[in-house]
Amino acid sequence: MSNTETMDMKYTEEHEWLRVEGDLIVVGITEYATEQLGDIVFVELPEEGTEISKDDEVVVIESVKAASEILAPLDGEVVEVNDVLTDNPALVNEDPLNDGWFFKMKIEDMSVLDELMDEAAYKEHIG
Amino acid sequence: MSDMKRTGLFDLHLELGAKMVPFAGYDMPVQYPMGVMKEHLWTRENAGLFDVSHMGQVILRGDDVAAKFEALVPMNVQGLKEGRQRYGLFTNDDGGIRDDLMFANRGDHLFVVVNAACKDADIAYMRSALEGVDVIEVTDRSLVALQGPKAEAALQPIADVAAMKFMDVATIDTEFGELWISRSGYTGEDGFEISVPDQHAEAFARRLLADDAVAPIGLGARDSLRLEAGLCLYGSDIDEVTTPAAADLLWAIQKVRVTGERAGGFPGADLIIAEIENGAPSKRVGLLPEGRAPMRAGTRLFADAEGGEPIGVVTSGAFGPSIERPMSMAYVPTELAHNDVVIFGEVRGKRLPAKVTALPFRPSTYKR
Repeated sequence: MSNTETMDMKYTEEHEWLRVEGDLIVVGITEYATEQLGDIVFVELPEEGTEISKDDEVVVIESVKAASEILAPLDGEVVEVNDVLTDNPALVNEDPLNDGWFFKMKIEDMSVLDELMDEAAYKEHIG
Repeated sequence: MSDMKRTGLFDLHLELGAKMVPFAGYDMPVQYPMGVMKEHLWTRENAGLFDVSHMGQVILRGDDVAAKFEALVPMNVQGLKEGRQRYGLFTNDDGGIRDDLMFANRGDHLFVVVNAACKDADIAYMRSALEGVDVIEVTDRSLVALQGPKAEAALQPIADVAAMKFMDVATIDTEFGELWISRSGYTGEDGFEISVPDQHAEAFARRLLADDAVAPIGLGARDSLRLEAGLCLYGSDIDEVTTPAAADLLWAIQKVRVTGERAGGFPGADLIIAEIENGAPSKRVGLLPEGRAPMRAGTRLFADAEGGEPIGVVTSGAFGPSIERPMSMAYVPTELAHNDVVIFGEVRGKRLPAKVTALPFRPSTYKR
């Protein structure tokens, strides 16, 4: 992962990453999260068009160990989901920061991103 | 964590990068850097080395030990030939299962291996119930399992095991001391379980791991391997209230303990024999969820997609790396315990379809 790729990423305390792509925000989980979860065997994505509020359970993932929920990082609307994960959940382990993304969302006000951690802060967070 | 017990291979696990977790009072490796899924597949294709030293190893010695042991288990112990091992169950007075175990006829004694979580209770039970028998807990030996299609080739340079068949046991002198070997395991694969003196355990494990085909495997993959093989986990799939008939373990009860002179005489015999004749109200089955969502232990089962009371429960559930789909073991009413019956498991509030299926999920590859 080069710095140019990660420099615009934001992170939540729940180990999600957010990346701005045009007027959308792509959401996935960090490599650290996948290491903690172990091999992922199931991903359940929201419907496209779902309105979500921050901290809603928006994605269900199951690893070889247990089920976990991914919480919505912000208020907004899910506009696209990464359907490939339904048949190939292992992609989240293989490439969490790129091909393993979960969904893209539209938010009202991009400035809320400023409240999230940048890469340096996240690295400190996971110690 | 200071009260956590360690096996003789603890340092080696750390060196190999294991993630350690508490299990039955021991600090045990749940996975190595390879990860659960790859460890599982490795064992099916090559050979996996498991530390199972937390399990109880017990020697039973005394006059008529086989006849006396038959008072605790509904198995044919007296008919077990020297050099052979058998799967057994300690039953209770209600026909339930106190523990499951392996016992072997090693000539002048029986060698018993019991579950880690039950071993203190089992040993106390055997001491109180087996009059005139020395119940000796083996505390100076480690226990490892070497499982998979390349297990024989990996062990053969150390001990001549090529002629052994499934459930044979042998005592073999090696550079790692006297090994007590059985050709058995908990993965559905051909393989061996090897009792090795503690002072040689680490060197023995290192020698096996020096073979490119052998990788260390943690408890995570051990669980998915045994589940694919349809093998019960004590405390989950069988316990004090499940009977052998309900647990679909009647294959383990030899006929000689059901009819004739040596019939009965074990705890819960009346109920257990009655269920052999009449069946049990519920039965352990395999379940194949139709989607990709695993139905884990505790998942409630229903006959229909809507309404009604629960009819059963999942006792083990995981993703099966070799069968590439989720799998569960469950208890269902006997009238539903037939292949291809569709029932529903409640996962996150939704009822998802699952098909009843015969166990194992994947055929075993024992060397008969």
